[in-house]
Amino acid sequence: MFIKAVLSMLIALVIAGGAFAQESDSLVVMTHDSFAVPEALLEAFEDQTGVAVEVLRAGDAGTMVNTAILSVNNPLADVLYGVDNTFLSRALNADIFAEYESPALEFVQEAFLPADEDYRVTPVDFGDVCLNYDIATFEDLELSLPESLIALTDEAYRGLLVAQSPATSSPGLAFLLATVAEFGVDGDYDYLDFWSDLRENDVLVVDGWSDAYYGEFKVTGRDSGSRPLVVSYASSPPAEVLFSENPEAGAITGAIVADGACFRQVEYVGLLAGAANETAARQFVDFMLSPAFQEALPLNMFVYPVRADVDLPEVFAEHSQIPENPAWVDPADIEAHREAWIQAWLEVMLS
Amino acid sequence: MRRRIRGSGAWLFLLPLLFLSLFYFYPLLSLFDISLRPAGALDLSAFLRIVESDYYLGTLLFTVYQALLSTTATLLLALPCAFVFARFRFRGRSLLLSLATLPFVLPTVVVALAFATLLGEDGLLNDALRALFSLDYAPVQLERTLPLIIIAHVFYNFAVALRIMSGYWSSMGAAAEEAARCLGADEWALWRDIRLPLIRPALLSAGALVFIFCFTSFGVILILGGIRFATLEVQIYYQAVSIFNLPMAAALSIVQILSMLAMMALYTRSQKRLRLDLASGATLAKPARSALEKLALAACVGFMALLLFSPLLALLWRSIFVGGALDLRNYASLAESSRGSLLFIAPLESIFNSLRFAALTTGAAVFLGLCAAYLIERGGRLGRLFDPLFMLPLATSAVTLGFGFIVALDEPPLNLRASWLIIPIAHTLVALPFVLRSVLPSLRALPPSLREAAALLGARPQTVFRTIDLPLLGRGIAVGATFAFTVSMGEFGASLFVAQRESVTMPVVIYRLIGDPGNASYRQALAMSVVLMLACACGFSLIERLRVAGVGEF
Repeated sequence: MFIKAVLSMLIALVIAGGAFAQESDSLVVMTHDSFAVPEALLEAFEDQTGVAVEVLRAGDAGTMVNTAILSVNNPLADVLYGVDNTFLSRALNADIFAEYESPALEFVQEAFLPADEDYRVTPVDFGDVCLNYDIATFEDLELSLPESLIALTDEAYRGLLVAQSPATSSPGLAFLLATVAEFGVDGDYDYLDFWSDLRENDVLVVDGWSDAYYGEFKVTGRDSGSRPLVVSYASSPPAEVLFSENPEAGAITGAIVADGACFRQVEYVGLLAGAANETAARQFVDFMLSPAFQEALPLNMFVYPVRADVDLPEVFAEHSQIPENPAWVDPADIEAHREAWIQAWLEVMLS
Repeated sequence: MRRRIRGSGAWLFLLPLLFLSLFYFYPLLSLFDISLRPAGALDLSAFLRIVESDYYLGTLLFTVYQALLSTTATLLLALPCAFVFARFRFRGRSLLLSLATLPFVLPTVVVALAFATLLGEDGLLNDALRALFSLDYAPVQLERTLPLIIIAHVFYNFAVALRIMSGYWSSMGAAAEEAARCLGADEWALWRDIRLPLIRPALLSAGALVFIFCFTSFGVILILGGIRFATLEVQIYYQAVSIFNLPMAAALSIVQILSMLAMMALYTRSQKRLRLDLASGATLAKPARSALEKLALAACVGFMALLLFSPLLALLWRSIFVGGALDLRNYASLAESSRGSLLFIAPLESIFNSLRFAALTTGAAVFLGLCAAYLIERGGRLGRLFDPLFMLPLATSAVTLGFGFIVALDEPPLNLRASWLIIPIAHTLVALPFVLRSVLPSLRALPPSLREAAALLGARPQTVFRTIDLPLLGRGIAVGATFAFTVSMGEFGASLFVAQRESVTMPVVIYRLIGDPGNASYRQALAMSVVLMLACACGFSLIERLRVAGVGEF
């Protein structure tokens, strides 16, 4: 009896698997783990277009791009959202996108518009990786904030910073790129000299964002780590207020947004070449640039809209700072040198 | 005489092979094919780079080294406890066993937090020592050291060794020991000549599993060891995801799989010689009477409390005390989906998803595991060859297998890339070795005379299986089922490739909560971890009940 029951279950599973075919009046959106959008917003899109939206999460940003490349001949989805400038070149080189020039691009801030009229991807949002600090600790120590990257090598900040490894962490890589942009890769004092000084100054490097932020970063009022400086996002302080047990108490952490101290990550959406439902895919790209979607970005994914004409939610308007001059490294350079830069960094930090 | 598989049911034994070929070898070989033959011609230069570079060789050596240390420590510590569990009946025994298995389901981030609470620079241990000896420094400096990695590996794997060894030990009859005692054997002689030789198959089984687990350890090494300690598994992730160097990732995966295969082949050979025929009679368990026995029992329980339960208690404590006061808001908020977001479902809903996948996985893994055990044990020389193969999914990096699924299972009727079915399938691949390793020692010890007698009396093969094999294998099956359930409840990687709401399981919710900055989501993650442990504990007691109801007491 037992065996028969299990067998029939297995057979049922296989049949169910075979029947699991994609319908063409639905739209599959492939994205990363951090994708979050209000359900009502997606329903509005579905009502408006009559297309059912299915969201396919495919791991972290790197895993997602690699998955899309591996399935280029038989795409898993119609639209891919969430490829950022650190992985953009890899995706473009693999020719996974079809061109589409959205009419909504006219509302996008100029700085984010695609160069050379290359419309294979469309910018949707951006966020900045930068230093966060625990306000209470800096007040208690009567310590001024490190207002530039080089200040971090100062004796005053010895043993205060926790960062992430660029080999395994996306903010870790972004911060490495900020140092590459700031100090360059050759010259008297390059990014490796800076890191070697940071190491002398007792920087702690851990594997990922949550280990750094929850394990090592000191936030007064939370039993957490012991270092009051962490590599995180410019949007972390408002999020910290939003998810605080006592939001009225105001900000407990801050972000340092000095010129060149932050690295900007821009996220793009693109139509996957050979998509089953190209019309709906175009509609979805337009939808992502619509005011309603752009307004929902900060509170759901802690990133900022690329449209200049949408208002930020109150908690963001009040507690967040957007760096005026973030560091920037050309995506093609990132793809070409990522391995070498990380390898050299590992040698400096581990030798 | 060894009995061969025959009769109409023989095809059943091929099911696990079919499963393994379809969902393991086919995806893996497809990925290796496109990785190592990018331009149509075989390119093996990545292997050359591994051999030539000290860097990769060093990684391999460190991986083996830490796995050996961790396995030895786990076995040494679990062996005396397994003896106590097999030997003494005491109140709370099964509760203790369940608790010991809980670490297995906890995400590494959460465990790292618990360890920091206890062993960190400002942790409870250092605070206590400082107060006790009025020191002005932290005497225990374990953060980001190899000893901490090994402690964490013991913490995770202790239950594997404990359950497999004590399950096997308690199903062995007391006859041999009593005979030896009658002949004047002292305690020392009992250990040397009876107990240790008898436990060897289970010791090897447990050791093999623990070794593979430590060999392929990912999160523990990264989070507790820091970036200085990198294993092959970490290297594979870096090559495959961060720099998309598929040839190198494939080459490293193959090195990892082949070293595991060699290990497993060696191990199956050594096990072949051990074939015990023990009548599975009265259980040895009795209440502890003498002072020495009571001391042994207390020492074992005390040790487990220290090693396993203090981190779990630290976690519980952190989740219910907010700023020093008891506060259950974290738990109350789990019932609502705060952001009304599509994929951020109410955390409590994910419990149902997790339990559903765990039930499917347990059913499939126990069924396929039993078939595989018979194939290996009754399939003669050929059957034994398959044994190491079933262990390979454990030795394969999740990202390698994930990419394999993407390139291989992409066409109907096997277009499973975006189906929720991929979750129980992946979980079953990982759970199968646990069922196999738990059942095989008992199956080997099954007295053939009983089956022969039954067959002689006219019992059909199905009847023999139901009335002889199943009751005698019951304990091993229960151990395997418990682990299958646990593996599924704690697994995180496979659900990454899947779309729908139903794929949001409890570990996924924990990772998402811990991915958001802010006190409230952090405490919710802790509360969710405690709920995950509770759900598992319920699952364990259900499995235990099923065993008693289904196959009778023995």
